[in-house]
Amino acid sequence: MSPRTAIDRIFDVFARRLDGPLMVTLVVLAALSLAVVFSASGQSGERTLGQARNFAVALVVLWVAANIPPQQLMRLAIPIYIAGLGLLVSVALFGDIRNGARRWLNLGFVTVQPSEIMKIGVPLLLAAYFHRKEEGLGIRDYVIAGLMLMLPTGLVMRQPDLGTAVLIFSSGFFVIFLAGLSWKLLISAGVAGLAALPLAWPLLHDYQRNRVLTLLDPNTDPLGAGYHIIQSTIAIGSGGIFGKGWLNGSQSQLDFIPERSTDFILAVFGEEFGLIGLLLLITLYMIVIGRGLMIAMNAPTTFSRLLAGAITMTFFTYAFVNIGMVTGVLPVVGVPLPLVSYGGTAILSMFMGFGILMSISTHKRLVST
Amino acid sequence: MIGTAIKNREAELNTFRNRVLVGGFFILIAFGALAARMFYLQVVKRDYFHTLAEANRISVVPVVPNRGIITDRNGVVLAANYSAYTLRVTPSRVKNLDAAFDALAGIVDIQPRDRRRFKRLLEDSKNFESLPLRNRLSDEEIARFAVNRFRFPGFEISAGLFRNYPFAEIASHAIGHIGRINDADLKRIESRNLTVNYKGTDHIGKLGIEGSYESELHGTTGSEQVEIDSGGRAIRSLAKSESVAGNNLTLTLDIKLQKIAEDAFGDFRGGLAAIDPNTGEVLALVSKPGFDPNLFVDGIDPQNWDLLNNSPDKPLLNRVLQGAYPPGSTIKPFLALAALESGKRTPSQSIRDPGYFALPNVSHRWSDDKPGGHGVVDMHKSIVESCDTYYYQLASETDIDKTAEFLSQLGFGSKTGIDIGNEMEGFLPSRKWKEKRHARGLADTPKWMLGDSISTGIGQGYNAFTPLQLAHAIATIANDGVAFRPRLVRSVIDARSGAVRALVTEPTPQPTLNAGNLEIIKRALVGVTSEAGGTAFRAFAKAGYSSGGKTGTTQLFSLKGEKYNANKVVQHLRDHSWFIAYAPAEKPTIALAVLAENAGFGSATAAPIARAVIDYYLLGKMPDPKKPKVPPDEPKNGD
Repeated sequence: MSPRTAIDRIFDVFARRLDGPLMVTLVVLAALSLAVVFSASGQSGERTLGQARNFAVALVVLWVAANIPPQQLMRLAIPIYIAGLGLLVSVALFGDIRNGARRWLNLGFVTVQPSEIMKIGVPLLLAAYFHRKEEGLGIRDYVIAGLMLMLPTGLVMRQPDLGTAVLIFSSGFFVIFLAGLSWKLLISAGVAGLAALPLAWPLLHDYQRNRVLTLLDPNTDPLGAGYHIIQSTIAIGSGGIFGKGWLNGSQSQLDFIPERSTDFILAVFGEEFGLIGLLLLITLYMIVIGRGLMIAMNAPTTFSRLLAGAITMTFFTYAFVNIGMVTGVLPVVGVPLPLVSYGGTAILSMFMGFGILMSISTHKRLVST
Repeated sequence: MIGTAIKNREAELNTFRNRVLVGGFFILIAFGALAARMFYLQVVKRDYFHTLAEANRISVVPVVPNRGIITDRNGVVLAANYSAYTLRVTPSRVKNLDAAFDALAGIVDIQPRDRRRFKRLLEDSKNFESLPLRNRLSDEEIARFAVNRFRFPGFEISAGLFRNYPFAEIASHAIGHIGRINDADLKRIESRNLTVNYKGTDHIGKLGIEGSYESELHGTTGSEQVEIDSGGRAIRSLAKSESVAGNNLTLTLDIKLQKIAEDAFGDFRGGLAAIDPNTGEVLALVSKPGFDPNLFVDGIDPQNWDLLNNSPDKPLLNRVLQGAYPPGSTIKPFLALAALESGKRTPSQSIRDPGYFALPNVSHRWSDDKPGGHGVVDMHKSIVESCDTYYYQLASETDIDKTAEFLSQLGFGSKTGIDIGNEMEGFLPSRKWKEKRHARGLADTPKWMLGDSISTGIGQGYNAFTPLQLAHAIATIANDGVAFRPRLVRSVIDARSGAVRALVTEPTPQPTLNAGNLEIIKRALVGVTSEAGGTAFRAFAKAGYSSGGKTGTTQLFSLKGEKYNANKVVQHLRDHSWFIAYAPAEKPTIALAVLAENAGFGSATAAPIARAVIDYYLLGKMPDPKKPKVPPDEPKNGD
């Protein structure tokens, strides 16, 4: 065996299921993340290494997911969904309460957050469901799909975990939207939803209501709920066009930004890298999303199309909700800045999604022939 | 079937692609909106947020100036600063103060006194400020606390400058003290627009020199721009404008003279003011008993406060400025001068004193304290021997308003204007004065009675003056009628440049007194200390210098015709002892007034005190501790 073929074979094993453009963009984002986490953690090498480890683990998961063919994934849809739902019910019944929310389930050897599973479980199930109903979709199908979506969403909302509920809901919603739910129904559902908002108001927790109210006017509670928004907008605004420079943001380095290495890391980024940095970040996100939508468009089956589209659009939702929250146009919900915020779980689940995207992108030839 | 399946599939694919395009378009719009928001924050409102970020980051910390140092006229330090470490507590951050104080045992020594003082500070404070618990920590205590620091959230050690009064009780009323700024002080600071200059300052002059020269002593507060983190901790200094230390003061007091004067009082309460008649410089200003001003610097603890405030000796009363006492016979030379000036008496005009004064058709007799009387008495003798009858008669013939008018020109009944606060005006009675007094319910009748005049003729009755007023008046006589406002500060020294600014006062406008008349009075005053019959002859025997003086005794106890016997009268009702003097008689350099409360005859207590002071001042002679004091109840004519 010549060395040449050996390299080819190694490359084949490791890279043939990976998508080049997506991979390059993800690596750039990961590098960016390490730089910002280092700055946002008060220049903690430990924290930066932790984030590097998060990416390393997530990369393995991505590779594994990319090597599972989509058909096999489809077979896992129902078991994953059922397991996830079961765990969510268990959480509601026996979950651990941390920071006032019942989100974690102690399995004895590990503590898990089952809502994370549903971020992939819901679009998987819905895509599989619509795949089987290929011949034509009736209202009944959308109602069933809606129920399969609302059940986990409702359970997560009750925990309460508004951020994750929004992400689960949008991941399922994008499947239904892409499957072709008629505009008439979409618009009437949207109008009904808006009309129902005042009814939902009393159901919100006090802190959730506060978040909405402080969004409207952060200065009603400058030291409480409004503090996050005030400090993050100060940080971003004071960054100006070119930013104050890496490790030089006063708001960031002097700890005025709460949650500066996790949910509010965009404020650190915006302060130190300015408008130019933020536009670069949005561009990177658009490259990821554009590549994801391209994969979806070229996907061979309904299942893979819907799943790829939903995964991509959910990634957009992450970015939009987080950036909107940190810049003060959306209420504060616990959604990290995708691929930049410190934290293993979110990076892991997103990389798993990108792995599925790559699997769809690289397995299509086998199916279509 | 296959055809429809393919058609369906194509339709579905079209729908999907359509939806992806719609979704992609929506995503573009959404990111565009976020980019617009970023543009708004970072370009349009950049300056606004930049200002806010700088305000977050930069804290302006006051740099408190060093307080000026106070020295006596010879450079002896009377009030200085020392730097020391203090254990401070922020009460709002401590759940259980008592438990925390108990836990400090073995680390920092906290006395019950410290706890009491802290409780008192706590009651007067806003609970977000930190308060001193223990001052002057030792190095061991600092080290022990540093190790155990984590156990005591809300406790911190801070370095600071503290005020120290090395002479403690000596001259305490004159020097005064500083104390923690209270609400009344804050209002005063605000009303004078000094709030900025007092940022970071905890203490302010309360009394005495410390109080009245606050504006000189405090200095100018500087400021430091410090970068802070969100917890308010200082990270680094950005810019600093240094503070300007307060000016140093050189007093007119001679602390050695002051100490000799205070010691001379022994256990007697009283006041003494010694003035250089040529300048108005106050050489000694005594109020006995004094108090330790160091107790007040960081808030006095309640026990010591009660001790001082409730003591029957009233140590907090500044007797020399605030104590108004009937002048007794010390008023006689001034009344004699008034009579000469008005022409009511000539020096040689004499009376025959049978030992009492009586009015026609009045049964009451005003008795002289020399049984049998002084015989034939002219003005000179009336002063030398302090003949009451002479003055009873003079007063009965003189209109009280005329007397008041003359005395007021010598400063009686009005503040001398000394440069420390809380001076009393005393009481200079006149017809109008009595009407006012009656209106306030303090006199039986608004009408001035002849008997009122006769009592005031020997310094009894309504009139009452401070020892400082008498010292001021005798200094004016000693200086041939030229008066100076008494003052305690000689010069102000710029702490940085060392430039000395002397505080010189111009003589205050005075009545032009006839030199001949003044000479007659002064000769009589010299007679008091130098003639065999003089009331202070014994007290000034073998003095080695010539002096003028006048004794006085203030009756507090109505004798009702009985002979006064000090031993029979309880201590606090015994007579007050007065002496006014100046020396050397030819060219006076010191004039003083001494009042000793409940000390009997003026000749017995006050005159020897004056002698000790003048001996030291003129001759540098230290008092002889073995020398027996003149018995306080010397039976013979003491006044």
